Amino acid sequence: MTREEKRNLFKGLLFTSPWLIGISVFIIYPFIASCYYSFCYYSVLQPPRFIGLLNYKDLFTDPIFWKSLWNTFYYAAFMIPLGFVMCLGLAMLLNTKVRGMAFYRLIFFIPSLVPMVAGSILWMWIFNGEYGLLNNFLTKIGIPNPPNWLMDVNFAKPAIIIMSLWALGQTIVIYLASLQDVPVSFLEVAELDGANWFGKLRHVTIPMISPVIYFNVVMGIIASFQVFAQAYIMTGGGPQRSTTFYTLYLYQTAFEDFRMGYASAMAWILFIIILILTLLVTHFSRERVYYHGG
Amino acid sequence: MKDDYMVRKSIIFFLFIFFLCQITGCDREVSPNIVKISYWEKWTGFEGEAMQAVVDLFNSREIKNKGGKIIQVDMITVSQLDRRLLTATAGGNPPDVAGIWTWLLTIYADKGALLDLNGYLEESGITKEHYLPVFWEICKYKDKIWGLPSTPASVALHWNKRLFREAGLDPNVPPRTIQQLDLMAEKLTRIKLPNQEGTISFYELRKKENYQALLAEAKIVQMGFLPSEPGWWPWSWGYWFGGKLWNGKETVTADEFENVKAYGWVKSYSMKYGVDNIKKFSSSFGVFASPQNAFLSSKVAMVSQGVWMYNFIDKYATGMDWGAAPFPSDEGKLKDVSYIEADVLTIPKGAKHPDEAFQFISFVNTQEAMELLCDGQRKFTPLREVSEDFYRNHKNPYIRMFRKLAESSNAFITPKMVIWQEYQREMSFAYEKIRDLKSQPKDALKEVKRAMQRRLDRELAISRRLEEAK
Repeated sequence: MTREEKRNLFKGLLFTSPWLIGISVFIIYPFIASCYYSFCYYSVLQPPRFIGLLNYKDLFTDPIFWKSLWNTFYYAAFMIPLGFVMCLGLAMLLNTKVRGMAFYRLIFFIPSLVPMVAGSILWMWIFNGEYGLLNNFLTKIGIPNPPNWLMDVNFAKPAIIIMSLWALGQTIVIYLASLQDVPVSFLEVAELDGANWFGKLRHVTIPMISPVIYFNVVMGIIASFQVFAQAYIMTGGGPQRSTTFYTLYLYQTAFEDFRMGYASAMAWILFIIILILTLLVTHFSRERVYYHGG
Repeated sequence: MKDDYMVRKSIIFFLFIFFLCQITGCDREVSPNIVKISYWEKWTGFEGEAMQAVVDLFNSREIKNKGGKIIQVDMITVSQLDRRLLTATAGGNPPDVAGIWTWLLTIYADKGALLDLNGYLEESGITKEHYLPVFWEICKYKDKIWGLPSTPASVALHWNKRLFREAGLDPNVPPRTIQQLDLMAEKLTRIKLPNQEGTISFYELRKKENYQALLAEAKIVQMGFLPSEPGWWPWSWGYWFGGKLWNGKETVTADEFENVKAYGWVKSYSMKYGVDNIKKFSSSFGVFASPQNAFLSSKVAMVSQGVWMYNFIDKYATGMDWGAAPFPSDEGKLKDVSYIEADVLTIPKGAKHPDEAFQFISFVNTQEAMELLCDGQRKFTPLREVSEDFYRNHKNPYIRMFRKLAESSNAFITPKMVIWQEYQREMSFAYEKIRDLKSQPKDALKEVKRAMQRRLDRELAISRRLEEAK
């Protein structure tokens, strides 16, 4: 390495040092430390003590762990496909050429600007069994006994899914941008070939925006498995643990019960689950995702 | 050349930031003759102001430490104190004094994150004789004292006298047994039947042959009592039936007979008034600290609430005609059963000025300061000695009764278990299952016992193992 190269390296490292320090301190170190803590009895207040696989062994016989995993899979199983259909559908509607489109786009984007806490409190009132807007509407359209959403074991999870769907403005914008990127010439050619609306969607639009779909599905999986704030604020995990999602249980274990070792083990299991699901999505989409560039 | 200039400029910039961090550091001594100690507290509003008055009094006395320096306390109100204290203690930079809850005291003491005060207590002459026994007990864990109380609280039955009058009950005679409470609740509960003017009491409705069918169509507009309101201590009902949640050592007793009976009583309300009816009715309650509070808005006639309730009545339901008395026990067998709590002043391990911190804590525990604090927060004092002026000037007309509850042999405190947070959560979910008629009390409590016994065994085994390793 010449003197000049060394100087350049030094300058490069110097200018990237805030990022390098940041990622080392806030990501790499906690990542490695949490792996070690998952094999420890660790309350944060005392030094960690190595206990081998005990945390993992306890987890697999912990009924709340399984319950929270089930709740999270349930949430993800509805949230990911519903989110996909709703976001893509709305993005397509918002991509049409009608008057006042900017206003409609704004309307759908605004909810994602509402802070999660404010949004959750708002939805608590919407879901109120007696005075809620939703039940008021349901009664008016002829549903006599609408559920008491957040207090009902069978409806608390669907209620949280509905609320989460409300705040998907950013995903809609990403889809919208990708839809606008679909070359008009391709659509015209398909039309000349006699393709109808569905045919164009199936054979031109979706393949063209497939990288964005892939990206959003992966992000959707990650977000769904990390669902936390809504349940923390609106239900506290109840009724009867029906909204105790995985990360909520993890949080309670770490910060309310002071069992950081156990919580670290939970975090690693979550990481592995998300990793496997992402790899599966990547594997199955390999043949179906089309990148313009190659 | 230009690059070198940029590098130099960047280095100067980073040095400037570093310098800025140094000069804004918070551990500087203001003057060589003053020792500043930091005190984290969770209170806001008038409760915070009451404590600030005590801090101001302490600061104005210019009390000196052993080295002759004046101690000055800096009180900071901290939200989510438990979490912040956790990170501050783990990071080795805790406050000198932390005002915490008793459940936190147990965990922190167990993990060795608090300073045990026994040495200081001996030196200062503060003994258990200074306090009502229950408060000394609250500050104790494994035979050591880990904090001293700041303000105490006890829980009692609060009732709405106007609603009593309207129901034809004597407004000055509260229920003496759970069974009387249930009967009065029936008379106080008002039901609106479909297509009918006005309301009817549940007591009257019950006399009708087809009352259950009528109830299914009806709407509750007022309730006499609801075990779920305010729902802050769903784990505690067993104590009014003579039950306990653990034996104080190694056995969880959630499913003992008295507890099963207590939760059978909780279930009886759902059976009687209907799960959906109650849920719909409960949906109309606003948040606790608001005029829409179930009790303050006269929607529920009787509640189990703490000594602090007076403040909220005063603020949100001025002019309300109310009474407070010991919450009745099952068949009136136990007298003056009450849940007793206290806020506790502690010194976290790693505090920079522990001696000065204790000087402040002991000052708060003098009769003068304690009465100033408890009068400001409108609570009673945990100290044995109380001045007549304190009672004479106190705004809460039932303050002597609340204090008497703390003196009762049937008073109970938060169980001193390391797994208490989990246990409490588990009890809440069992309570929900019972309330919603999804599980029999016996089964739900057995499930809690099984899960919590397993957790307790595990925790005890690990701490034994760690003890041996030491």
